[in-house]
Amino acid sequence: MAQSTNFSKAVRYGLIAGVVALSVSAIGMVETFDVRDIITGVLTLGQLLLFSTALIGGYFSWKKGEGVTPVGALLRGLVAGLLTAVPLVFLIILTVLWPDIRDSFVNVTPALINILTFDQGTVTGSLILLVVMGVLGVIGAAFDLLSERIQKPLLYGLLWMLGIGLLSEILLLILRPYSPRALLALLFGDKGITPATAVVIFVLAVAINAWWTARGKEAAERRRIARPPSTAKQLRRLNIGLLIAFILILPFIMGTYLTEVADVVGTFVLMGLGLNIVVGFAGLLDLGYVAFFAIGAYVMGLLTTQGDLGIGGISFWAALPFSVIAATLAGIILGVPVLRMRGDYLAIVTLGFGEIIRVLVVSDLLKPYIGGAQGILQIGKPQILDFVFVQPEHFYYLILAGCLLAAFVSWRFRDARLGRRWMALREDEDVAEAMGIRLVSTKLMAFATGAAFSGLAGAIFASRLSSIFPHSFNLLISINVLSLIIVGGLGSLPGVVVGALVLVGLPELLREFAEYRLLLYGALLIVTMLLRPEGLWPSPVRRRELHESQMEHISEDETEEVHSLA
Amino acid sequence: MSQRFKDIDYIGVFLWVFRAIIIVLVIYGTVSKLFLGVGNEYTIETWIDFFVSGLSQGSLYALIALGYTMVYGILFMINFAHGEFFMSGAMTSTVLVATFLSASGFLDAQPLVSMLLITAVSIITSISVALLTERIAYRPLRRAPRLVPLITAIGASFFWQYFFRGLFGSALIPFPVPESLQGRWTIFGLEFLRTRVVVMGTTVIALVFLYLFIQRTKTGKAIRAVAEDKDVAALMGINVDRTISITFAIGAAMAGIAGVLWGLVFRQVHFYMGFVPGIKAFTAAVFGGIGSIPGAALGGLLLGVIEAVGPPLFLEGLGIVGAHQLKDVIAFTMLVLVLIFRPQGLIGEKLAEKKA
Repeated sequence: MAQSTNFSKAVRYGLIAGVVALSVSAIGMVETFDVRDIITGVLTLGQLLLFSTALIGGYFSWKKGEGVTPVGALLRGLVAGLLTAVPLVFLIILTVLWPDIRDSFVNVTPALINILTFDQGTVTGSLILLVVMGVLGVIGAAFDLLSERIQKPLLYGLLWMLGIGLLSEILLLILRPYSPRALLALLFGDKGITPATAVVIFVLAVAINAWWTARGKEAAERRRIARPPSTAKQLRRLNIGLLIAFILILPFIMGTYLTEVADVVGTFVLMGLGLNIVVGFAGLLDLGYVAFFAIGAYVMGLLTTQGDLGIGGISFWAALPFSVIAATLAGIILGVPVLRMRGDYLAIVTLGFGEIIRVLVVSDLLKPYIGGAQGILQIGKPQILDFVFVQPEHFYYLILAGCLLAAFVSWRFRDARLGRRWMALREDEDVAEAMGIRLVSTKLMAFATGAAFSGLAGAIFASRLSSIFPHSFNLLISINVLSLIIVGGLGSLPGVVVGALVLVGLPELLREFAEYRLLLYGALLIVTMLLRPEGLWPSPVRRRELHESQMEHISEDETEEVHSLA
Repeated sequence: MSQRFKDIDYIGVFLWVFRAIIIVLVIYGTVSKLFLGVGNEYTIETWIDFFVSGLSQGSLYALIALGYTMVYGILFMINFAHGEFFMSGAMTSTVLVATFLSASGFLDAQPLVSMLLITAVSIITSISVALLTERIAYRPLRRAPRLVPLITAIGASFFWQYFFRGLFGSALIPFPVPESLQGRWTIFGLEFLRTRVVVMGTTVIALVFLYLFIQRTKTGKAIRAVAEDKDVAALMGINVDRTISITFAIGAAMAGIAGVLWGLVFRQVHFYMGFVPGIKAFTAAVFGGIGSIPGAALGGLLLGVIEAVGPPLFLEGLGIVGAHQLKDVIAFTMLVLVLIFRPQGLIGEKLAEKKA
C-alpha cells in the first residue's frame, strides 16, 4: 500500500511536468527560445526549457525519508520522466493526424516538431524523446540521492555554465574590442560557448564552490571577526567607492548598445524607487503609477518641443522642475479622493485613474493640445554650455544622477520620522491613526514623493527618445514596475535595482523573451508570493517580519490539521 | 485632536466639490443636449437603439460581474484574473469548436445545437482555468496579508493573457454567427438586433438559474454559509475549500457563457478581450453592491446603459468632440465615484471596515 502511494507521487509529478512541457511547447516558447544556443551545437535555451521539466519532475518523484530504496528512487524518476514525455508524444502524433493544426494552434509548427523529435522523423523521434526524458527523469531522481556536500557544488557549476552560456552574446560584445580574435573563437562558438569552455567553466565553478564550502568560508569569517571595527568600516567604504567607480566607468566598457539597455533599466529603477515608497514603504498598492510617468513626459515634451504643439520652447533644464512639480501635484490630486480607501479598492481605483488618463490622451478631445495618437516630436535635449546630451552614454549619467538622488531621498526618508509613519501605516492603518499619525498628510506625502520620481523618470525618458506617443504609457508599464519591486523585494532599495536588472535588463538583452515577457512576469509574481514573499534582495526588516509571520502560519495550519484530524 | 478634525473637513469639502462638479456637468450636458440641441441630432429610434444596446452590453457586464461578486462575497478578495476566465472560454470555444462548425456548415444547419456545444466548451474551459488559478495562486495564500492574493491575481491575469496569446496567436479571431441570428427581429413594432435579444434572454435565464441554485440547493446554502463565516461553516461540517472552489467554478461558468455571447455581439475574440470588460464588470459589481447577486445584475445593466447613453447625451451636450471615444472614461469615472461616495453600492449592505 505504501509502495503504491509512493508511485502515485511519481505519476502525479510526471504528469504535471508533462503538462508543463506540453504547454511551453504549444505556446511557442520552446521554438522561440531554440534560436539561442547555450553550448554551441549541444544545447539551446529551448531544449534546456524542455528538458528541465523532466529533470524537475524526476527530482520531485520521490522524497527522502519515505523508505524508498535507491533503485526504487531511480525507477520513480524513470516513471516521472517517461510520463513527462507522453503528452509531447501525443502532440507529435496529433500533428500527423491533423496536418492543419497550425490553423488553430498557431505555434505548433513543423520546426517545433523537429525540435521535439530531434529531426529524426515521427516514430524514431518519439522513441528518442521518450528515452531522453526517461533518462533525465532518472538523473533528476538520482540528484536527491547525493549528499548535500556534492549537490551544492554541482548545482553551482551547472548554474554558472548555463548562465555564462546564456549571456555569451553579451560577453562577446563586451570582450570583442579588447581580446584577440583567436581566443574568442576558441571560447565562443557562432552562438553560445563551445563545449570545451562549458566543461572548463563547470569544473572551475564546482572546484571553487567545493573549496569555499570546505575551507574559504570559514577562513573569511574568521578574518572578518578578527578585523578591528575601524578597518571594517574603511573596507566597507572602499567597497562602496569601488562600486561607484565601476558604475561610473560602465558605459566605456559596455559600448553603445548595452548602455542603451542600461538607460532603459535605469529609467525603470527610477520609477521603481518611486513606487517602492508608495507600495513598499506606505503599503498603498497603486496600479495607475504610469500616469505620473506620462505627465512628466508630456510636460517635458510640450515645454521643450520645437514642433507645432510647443508652448514656451524652453530648455530641458528649465522644463525639468515643471515636469516634476506637475507630476507631484497630480500625485496629490489623485491621492485626495482615494485617501479613505485601502487595499484592493485602492488598487482598482488607481488602475481606473491610469486608464482614464490613457483614454483622454489618445482622444480627439485633447488632440489639439497634446497631439493624440501622433504624439509629440522634436523634444529638446539637455544642454550644458555647448555640450548637448545626445548619445546613450550621456543620458546614462543623467539617469544615474536621477537614480542616486531618488535613492538618497528614499534612504533618508525611510529612516526619518516620515518613513516610520509610512511603515506604521503599512502595518495597520487603524493602529497608526490611534498612535497619533495623521493619515492624510502621511499618505499624500507618499503619493507625492512617488509621483515626483516617476515624473522625473518621464521627463528624462521623453528627452532621451525625443518623441513620445501615448501607447508608450500603457498599463503594462505600471505592471512592469510593480513586478520589479515585488520580485526585487518590497521596501528594499537594492531590491529595486536587482529587480530592474532581472526583469527589465534580461528581457532587453535576450530578445526572444520579448513575446513571453508578461507571461513570465505573471508566473514570477505568483512564484515570488508563494515561495519567497520577501523578494530577491529583501530589506532586513521585511525579511524578519515575513519569516516571523510564516512561523505563525505554519503553527496555525498545524493546529488546524490537528483539529480536522480529531 | 482639533487638527485632525480640520483635516477631515478639508478633505470632505474637497470631495463634495468634486461630486458637485460632476453632477453639474452631467445636468448641464443633458439639458444643453436635449433642449438647446448641441451636437448631433438623434431620432427617438436612435435613442431606443442606444438604450437597448446598453442593456445588452450591460447584461454581459452583469454575467461577468457575478463572478467578482460571489468570490468577493466569500473571500473578500478582488479576483483580478476573472476577466481572463471569460477570455479563455471565449477564445478556446471559438478556435476549437465554432470555427469548425462554421466551416462544416453545421452551425447554420443546427444553430441551437451548435451554440449549446460552443457554450459547453466555453464553460468547461473557463471553469478549468478558474480552478487551476484558485488552486495554485489563491488557496495557499488564504491566510496571507490581503495584498498578497491581489498581487498573485494580477500575476495570474497576465499569465493567462499571454498563455492564450501563445496558444491561439495574437490576431483577432472572427466568431462565426449563425445565419438565423443575423439581422433583426421586430418586437412590439420595434426592430431589435437578434444577437442582442439572444444576449438578454440568455442572461435572464442564467441569472434565474443561479439565483435558484444559491437559494434552493444544499450547495447554494453551503456557499452562503461560508460567505457568512468560514470557521463556523467548517464547524457545521461544510468543506470550506471545496465550497470556495465551487464558487469560483460557478463564477467562471457565468463568465464562459458571457464569453460566447460577447463573441455573438462583437463577432471576434482576442487574447486581450478579457481585461477591460473585467474591470468594467468589477465596476458593475461594486456599483450594485459587491457581494450581492441581484446587485451585480442591477449594476451591470445600469453601467451598460449609462455607458451607451452617456456619450451622446451629456458628453456631446458639453460640446466634446469624439464623445464615443470617452465611453471608458465614463465607466472608470463611475468606478471612482462609487468607491469614494458609496462603497457599499446601490443595494449592498454596509460592510464593516475590515471587509471593505
